[in-house]
Parts: sequence; structure tokens; C-alpha cells
Amino acid sequence: MRKNNRKIMMAGAAVAAVFSIATIAAGEPKSGYLSAEPETQAMQDDDFSNPAMLVTDYGGDLWSTADGDSGKSCEDCHGDAADSMKGVKTRYPTYYQPWGKMINLELRINECRKDNQKAKAWKYESKEMLGMASYIGYQSRGMPMAVDIGGKATPFFTKGKEFYYERRGQLDMACSHCHEDNSGNMIRANLLTEGQINGFPTYRLKWSGVGTLHRRFKGCNDQVRAIPYERGSDEYVNLELYLAWRGRGLAVETPSVRN
Amino acid sequence: MKNYALPLLGMAALSIASLTVPADAKADELVPFKIVNGNSIPASLTGKAGDPAKGRDVAINRKKGNCLACHVMPIPEQPYHGEVGPDLNGLADRLSEGEIRLQLVNPKTNNPATIMPAFYRTEGLHRVAKNFQGKPMLTAEEVEDVVAYLMTLK
Ligand code: HEC
Ligand code: HEC
Ligand code: HEC
Repeated sequence: MRKNNRKIMMAGAAVAAVFSIATIAAGEPKSGYLSAEPETQAMQDDDFSNPAMLVTDYGGDLWSTADGDSGKSCEDCHGDAADSMKGVKTRYPTYYQPWGKMINLELRINECRKDNQKAKAWKYESKEMLGMASYIGYQSRGMPMAVDIGGKATPFFTKGKEFYYERRGQLDMACSHCHEDNSGNMIRANLLTEGQINGFPTYRLKWSGVGTLHRRFKGCNDQVRAIPYERGSDEYVNLELYLAWRGRGLAVETPSVRN
Repeated sequence: MKNYALPLLGMAALSIASLTVPADAKADELVPFKIVNGNSIPASLTGKAGDPAKGRDVAINRKKGNCLACHVMPIPEQPYHGEVGPDLNGLADRLSEGEIRLQLVNPKTNNPATIMPAFYRTEGLHRVAKNFQGKPMLTAEEVEDVVAYLMTLK
């Protein structure tokens, strides 16, 4: 009796796993938007009701404000962000020659501030960084995510993938247990999604504010009682690369609204 | 076989014979227990019967069992029941007390790939947050309380 139950359950799990791999292989990932409440979707759909637009607009102000020893604004060098930053978000994280490793958009913004603007780096989760990352991401809205995982990016992609499937914390769970094996299932009051990253930085109702993707990673590590990594760490950037690839083809929604 | 925290090795050994888990130095906070036939821990971890009312509370408590995160249970006053695992209604008609106890102590013995946490295990875990290092999710008493509660689900 018991053994039979178990077999049925295992078979179910196997079918579910095959199904989700097939979905991904077919290039049809699902955005968290599709599982959001209609009211939450409506907030995101209308820029005037999207609470993240305040932060994004602040990023727009910073874009044209002179800063640092160069005395220049981003705009002075890059011109209209709608042209120069269009599509940038879709190819990050990307391999960064000076470091010999991957860089994400937040870290790239800081590199440019230090190297070209001669200004101080912004703190990872600062209002300035959230504003600028949202503003630059917004220029790619609706464009498909398209990171490059070939060539020098491949070893970092592999590390990100290993992270995704590695159990951690006192609860001993991997990202895949919730976001691959159980997407579409309720976990107590929460509907699990694929954990896609196409909307970041995101306004979370739970945070009552905008947060970076790495803040979300930390939250998902904390909830299984695991030691999180630093925001901007190699581990999180590699994980970001892997997730960007899983979500390839999804339209950029930055700045999204989520529960 | 020393370490029950290695589920795959454990499975192999278990299918050959039953085994006693020694309370080795590292797992000294856990009381020793005996897995029989690879799928059951017949004896109470505390040597006593648990309290089903307390066990019900542990199953609800998000910081303790949080079983409702993944299971539907006959706990109507709680609004949200998860659907990650099977419905536990009628559980005691399908599983013996010993099988239920093993499923709580370490469900990876039954299914190494499961999402369900081991509630009485401290070894073989990766990057456990400081406050929880070396501690099982539930105490032996709490495991017995939950077992006693689950045995009422007929
Ligand atoms: C003094 C000129 C200058 C200023 C000021 C400047 N940048 Fe840049 N930025 C560059 C140059 C040149 C590059 C490309 C070469 C390089 O540094 O790698 C670049 C590259 C970038 C990139 C990478 C684009 C891509 O296609 O991958 C980003 C993002 C960026 N800058 C953001 C900013 C932001 C945000 C600001 C303002 C906070 C800023 N930059 C200010 C000159 C500037
Ligand atoms: C215990 C289950 C669980 C685990 C394990 C878990 N998460 Fe999550 N995660 C959630 C829940 C619940 C949410 C909010 C609902 C949703 O989007 O699934 C969420 C949301 C997310 C989101 C936001 C999705 C969006 O649309 O904005 C991302 C990204 C994410 N998780 C990534 C991860 C990564 C990476 C890992 C592994 C390090 C991980 N999660 C592990 C439960 C989990
Ligand atoms: C993160 C999700 C999760 C949590 C939390 C969880 N379980 Fe489970 N549980 C499962 C899954 C999934 C199964 C299916 C068996 C498998 O995966 O091997 C299961 C199976 C079981 C079974 C075997 C059911 C059967 O019909 O054979 C019992 C008993 C059980 N769980 C009890 C509990 C109790 C009691 C708690 C709380 C102390 C709990 N679970 C917490 C996910 C969970």
C-alpha cells in the first residue's frame, strides 16, 4: 500500500520534472507577471500607478546630473538613454574583460562611475543604484532577454547552474525544488512561480519598495535558513547569468510589481 | 554505515539490513534511533508518547513544522494549505507510526530528491545560517508530538 503510493508520487515527480525541462527547452519560460494578482498586474501595466516609477524617474534625474571629478553627467557622454541604453539590460550579466569574469548591470554602472565619471561607487542597494538600474532597465522594456553564455561566459554559467541545483540551509532546499519542481503550486499562502528575473529591479508589495535581484536572492536564501552571499558577489552574479538564460526570450518588465 | 545523513549510502545499507544510528560525537545533540526495514523508526525518540494537541500546534507554526506550507491537513481554522506534498487526511490509515516517524526524521531516506526537509537531522547540510547550525528543525519531543498528532488522522 505504502510502496504503491510512493511509486505513484515518484512517477508524478518525474513527469513534472520532464515537463518543466521540456518547457524550458522549448524556450517558453513564464514570467512571474502571469501569476500575479490582477490588481498587481494593473499596477505594473500603468506607469502612473506603478510605484516603482518614482524610483525610475529619480534615476532619470541622475542620468542628467553632473557628478564626480569629471564634472559630467551620464548624459554628457551617453546622450539620450532611450538610444544608448536601449537593449543593454537584455545582455547582462556579460563577460567583463578587465575583471576576467562576469559583471551585472549594477556593477557595470559603478565601474563606469569610477572609470569614466570619476565619481564614487554607489552602494548596491542605495536609492541611487535602484534608480539608475531601473532607469537603464526601463529602456529595454518589452525586449527579449538574450544573455550570451558562450565563450568565456561558459564556466561562469556552469557555476550559476550548480548553485541553482545545490541544496542549502537548515531546510536543505535548492532553488529548483521550489521554482522548477513546484512552480504553479501553492506553498502556504504563496503561489510559486519559475522565479524569473526579467522584472528587476522590482517593486515588492512586501518590501513596500523597490529592491534589486540580489536582495531577492538573499531573501530566498534566508527563508531556507541558509547563509546568504553579499549582493554583487561572484556567486550571485553567476546565478543571475544562469537565471537570465533560463528566462531567455522573456520580455524585460523592469520595473515590475510583485507580491 | 555510520552516517544516516548520507541518504544514498543509507538507502543501500538499509535495503540490506536494519541499522542502528550511533550517537557519534558530531551528532551528540540528537538522540540515537533505529531504522527498521529501511522505512520505519518504530520506537519513540523520547521513549514516551507525544502530545497530539501540541503536535497540531507545531504543524501550524511557521517557525517549527510549518507542515501546512506543503500539505493539506484537517486544520480548518488556518486559511492557507500548500499543495507541494500529498494531502495528509487519512494518513494513519496508510502509514504506520514508525513509517511516519521516519518520514519526519529524514524523508530523504525514502526519497533522496524530496523537497521535504528532514526535521531531525543536523549532518550533511550546506551553509546553514549561524543561528540554526547543529540544531535539528524540531526537538525529539516535538517530533513525537507531531507523530502523535498525525496518528489521529484516520
Ligand atoms: C566621461 C564619460 C562618461 C560618463 C560621465 C559616463 N559614462 Fe558610462 N561609459 C562611458 C564609456 C566610454 C563607456 C564604454 C567604454 C567602457 O568604459 O567600457 C561607458 C559604458 C557604460 C555602460 C556599459 C554599456 C554597455 O553597452 O554595456 C553603462 C551601463 C554605463 N556606461 C552607464 C553609465 C552611467 C549610469 C553613467 C552616469 C552615472 C555613466 N555611464 C557616465 C563613458 C561615460
Ligand atoms: C522554499 C521555496 C523557495 C526556494 C527554495 C527558493 N525560492 Fe525563490 N521564491 C519563493 C517564493 C514563495 C517566491 C515568491 C513567489 C514566486 O515568485 O515564486 C519567490 C520568488 C523568487 C523570485 C522573484 C520572481 C519574480 O517574478 O519577481 C526569484 C528571482 C527567486 N525567487 C529566485 C530564487 C533563487 C535563485 C533561489 C535559489 C537560491 C530561490 N528562489 C529559492 C520561494 C522559494
Ligand atoms: C517544503 C514542503 C514540505 C514541508 C514543509 C513538509 N512536507 Fe511532508 N512531504 C512533502 C512532499 C513533497 C512529500 C511527498 C513525498 C516525497 O517528496 O518524497 C511529503 C510527504 C510527507 C508524508 C508522507 C505522506 C504519504 O502519504 O506517504 C508525511 C507523513 C509528511 N510529508 C508529513 C509532513 C509533516 C508532518 C510536516 C511538518 C512537520 C511536513 N511533512 C512538512 C513536502 C513537505
